[in-house]
Amino acid sequence: MEYLGLYNYWIAVVLLMTGFYAVVAKRNMVKKLIGLSLFQAAVFLMYITMGKVDGGTAPIYTAAGGEQIFSNPLPQVLILTAIVVGISTTALGLAIVVRTKEEYGTIEEDEIQQIDEHTSGGQQ
Amino acid sequence: MSSWAPHLPVLQVVVPLMTAPLAVLMPDRRLAWALATAASICALAIAIALVGDVREQGTVVYEVGSWAPPYGIALGVDAMSALLLLVVAGASTLGLLASATSLPGEIEPQRQPQFYAAWLLSLAGLSGILVTADAFNIFVFMEISSLSAYVLIAGGPDKRALPSVFKYLAMGTIGATFYLIGVGLVYMMTGTLNLADMEQRLATVGDVKPILVAAGFITVGLALKAAVFPLHVWLPNAYTYAPNVVTVFLAACATKISIYILIRFDFFVFQGNLTAHDWQFSYFLMPLAILGILVASMVAIFETHLKRLLAWSSVAQIGYIILGASLISVTGLTASMLHMFNHAIAKGTAFLAIACLALSISSLDIRNIAGVARHMPWTMAAFVVAGLSLIGVPGTAGFISKWYLIKAALEMGDLAFPLIAVILIGSVMAVIYVWRVVESAYFGNADAGMSGATIKEAPLAILIPTWIAVMLNVWFGLAPALPVELSTRAAELLMGHMP
Amino acid sequence: MSAVFGIFLLTLMLITAIAVVRTRNLFVATTLMGIFSLLLASNFFLLDAADVALTEAAVGAGISTVLFLSALSLTAEQEKPGHRGRLVALAVVLVTTLALLHATLDSPLLGDINAPVHQHVAPWYIDNTPLAIDVPNVVTAVLASFRGFDTLGEVFVVFTAGIGVMFLLAHYPQKPPHQPHHGLRHYLIQRLVGRTVIPFILLFGFYVQFHGDFGPGGGFQAGTLIAAGIILFALLEGPNSAIKVIPSGVLKGMVAGGALLYGGVGVATMLLGGTFLDYSVLSSDPVAGQHLGILLIELGVGITVTGVLLSIFFAFASRKHF
Repeated sequence: MEYLGLYNYWIAVVLLMTGFYAVVAKRNMVKKLIGLSLFQAAVFLMYITMGKVDGGTAPIYTAAGGEQIFSNPLPQVLILTAIVVGISTTALGLAIVVRTKEEYGTIEEDEIQQIDEHTSGGQQ
Repeated sequence: MSSWAPHLPVLQVVVPLMTAPLAVLMPDRRLAWALATAASICALAIAIALVGDVREQGTVVYEVGSWAPPYGIALGVDAMSALLLLVVAGASTLGLLASATSLPGEIEPQRQPQFYAAWLLSLAGLSGILVTADAFNIFVFMEISSLSAYVLIAGGPDKRALPSVFKYLAMGTIGATFYLIGVGLVYMMTGTLNLADMEQRLATVGDVKPILVAAGFITVGLALKAAVFPLHVWLPNAYTYAPNVVTVFLAACATKISIYILIRFDFFVFQGNLTAHDWQFSYFLMPLAILGILVASMVAIFETHLKRLLAWSSVAQIGYIILGASLISVTGLTASMLHMFNHAIAKGTAFLAIACLALSISSLDIRNIAGVARHMPWTMAAFVVAGLSLIGVPGTAGFISKWYLIKAALEMGDLAFPLIAVILIGSVMAVIYVWRVVESAYFGNADAGMSGATIKEAPLAILIPTWIAVMLNVWFGLAPALPVELSTRAAELLMGHMP
Repeated sequence: MSAVFGIFLLTLMLITAIAVVRTRNLFVATTLMGIFSLLLASNFFLLDAADVALTEAAVGAGISTVLFLSALSLTAEQEKPGHRGRLVALAVVLVTTLALLHATLDSPLLGDINAPVHQHVAPWYIDNTPLAIDVPNVVTAVLASFRGFDTLGEVFVVFTAGIGVMFLLAHYPQKPPHQPHHGLRHYLIQRLVGRTVIPFILLFGFYVQFHGDFGPGGGFQAGTLIAAGIILFALLEGPNSAIKVIPSGVLKGMVAGGALLYGGVGVATMLLGGTFLDYSVLSSDPVAGQHLGILLIELGVGITVTGVLLSIFFAFASRKHF
């Protein structure tokens, strides 16, 4: 069980960095948003992993009664909130991507930069 | 009225928060504006009342849902929060008053109710961060304020706002998630989310490594949001291409609140519990602050777009704020808090003047404003006062914080001379970039710029809030007793948590 | 046995994530992200987080996929190859990964009930929920009552995203009305099966909304499910038909109304003499008051989430394609 716990954390770390890499190194805006989702999912995994109790079960009182060992409810509450915050950010990001495509004709960041430099060279 | 008094901390958040959905439902944009401005003035009144309460009784506490902390979420308003609440509510009110004139040129009428709703959400989010005493609650309100800021920036007519706000979104979300990781690690070691409780329980924790990692994540995450050099890259474009009143509001508040979280978390939770953390804090942040001041001011000198020039100036000023905090002394922290207050007033005034300018000038470039002061004397005079405040000329608010910063540097022994040199060089560079604008506006050749026929002074409706801001600059430059008192108390509070 | 399953799921997640980053076709990436979300949800279930598993499946695998696909249909399918600075980013990422892996070696053992994270606040919640709030689902009790202020903030984050998308996508070209979009109307099987399934989806959504006190569920999951049912209807019949079913005025009312309901409960508790969001004052019996308060705020959450997700979907779906 000890190694499973560590394995959870290691996968979380690797996922974190995979998502981070996608955000930083990729030029496509949608890919960056996907990377952001991966990045946040890794954090969710980390929190929920820390909430698990050996031999425990989901923190819901059942009719069984008696001595029940429950896993920690607090990380679950926090991550519920974090998931919703994450999808809200993603939705807003996608709206920005759609508008960018309409205004620039592309969603690749280097192409957008070229278009801006081209127009502002004449403008300013 | 008196029955509302104990509820003030939560009302500070609830008033703007609940007004936002009401604003969305408004059919007419003027109703939405009126609702938003009323809510903002109400928030300002609450902030002033809270300042009074804090000066009388110290920290004002509130238990949401009547659950005692750390089981429930507690709110706590102390001198540090109260000072910044004034900044946030004040900047919001002045920005909203100016928006009645400035906004129609940038946002169509059908979309304005949603704009005002987003503005109120930003105000509510920033207020929520300032009043809460719970680490995760900070995250939630931080995301409310960030998401609404992205909406405000992205809605303007300039399409270049879109890639700028996307970069802000990506970096801001990474910053918020880093903060979340840090809080998670601290929670893992203490089992609580309440800041005061964390501080106590951390003292008994044996294993320090996760706490160090947590401190690292929280610092980097908040530094991203606060545009601390070198993580500032999202700021110049985001401020430049946002609608003008949005820049007024965001430049005055947004980054400072992230620095507030950083300082509060660090001093309240980490300083007392990590050995030699004060050195870590100083050695990490002081060089970044110095670089921020010098590099950003240098870029501002060569920048020709007015808004981007002021945005780079903001990055430099954030450097001053961080510098004060990194000195880890009562005077240093006082200077830091004071500069948050005074810079908000100075930059707010500057961007309000720009908003006035933008009504007549289409392209906000130094070359295009040549000779404009003849046609817009009040606007440019406002800009001049703001510029003097940025430089730190005696008689303006900016001088007070620079003075305290120098005092704090003098206490540093060997470091005193280089620090004071950096502060003064920064001020000299500020003189240069302010002078470039002033020179073009007052002494520039009008033929080289726009034709004078179409340029007239900004309407009174926007000049009044601008000049209220100007008067605040002068008032707090000559009678700084209130901000100094609050800042000093805040600094003493923070230093009280040192081992 | 579940340990082996856990390791299997985690490894699969890792492989999927790497595939997502490497593939250049964005539709493939989106579908793989859906798979990733389902794997993550399964893992959450293994870790005893039932509510979170439900939410991740509904939000991550469901709504997120829909939003990405809608956006992709309006933008681009392929990502352009080649990115400068790739090696530098890779190097930084590798170094940070190793540093973090090293840091995790000191973390407390997974599952140890004596770890500090399980002390102090968590046992208090578990012990006091039956006494003070008397709902079986402790997570709902914490979410809705003990930390209700956080959840208020969360509803308003959703609200912000809703008005943000409305604000950004409002005033630009909509599909011309004379060009009716018939959805999948001409595909018999999809239409029949979809129409049969939609009532059950909506029913399940309502079940999750009101049953959230007793089992996994609550306002967010319910709102997502109901929105998913209506989105399925819109996909089958075309967005114009769906907009007739729920006009945009009603949607706007839902978006604002749910948030106002939640905040309104808090204001009501203040007027009744308690602190903000102190549900105990809503009724003469504090526990009944807690039940009433939780019911009302979860309703507010469900209404706003449904409204926002539908608004966002319609904003994307009725946009003129490029």
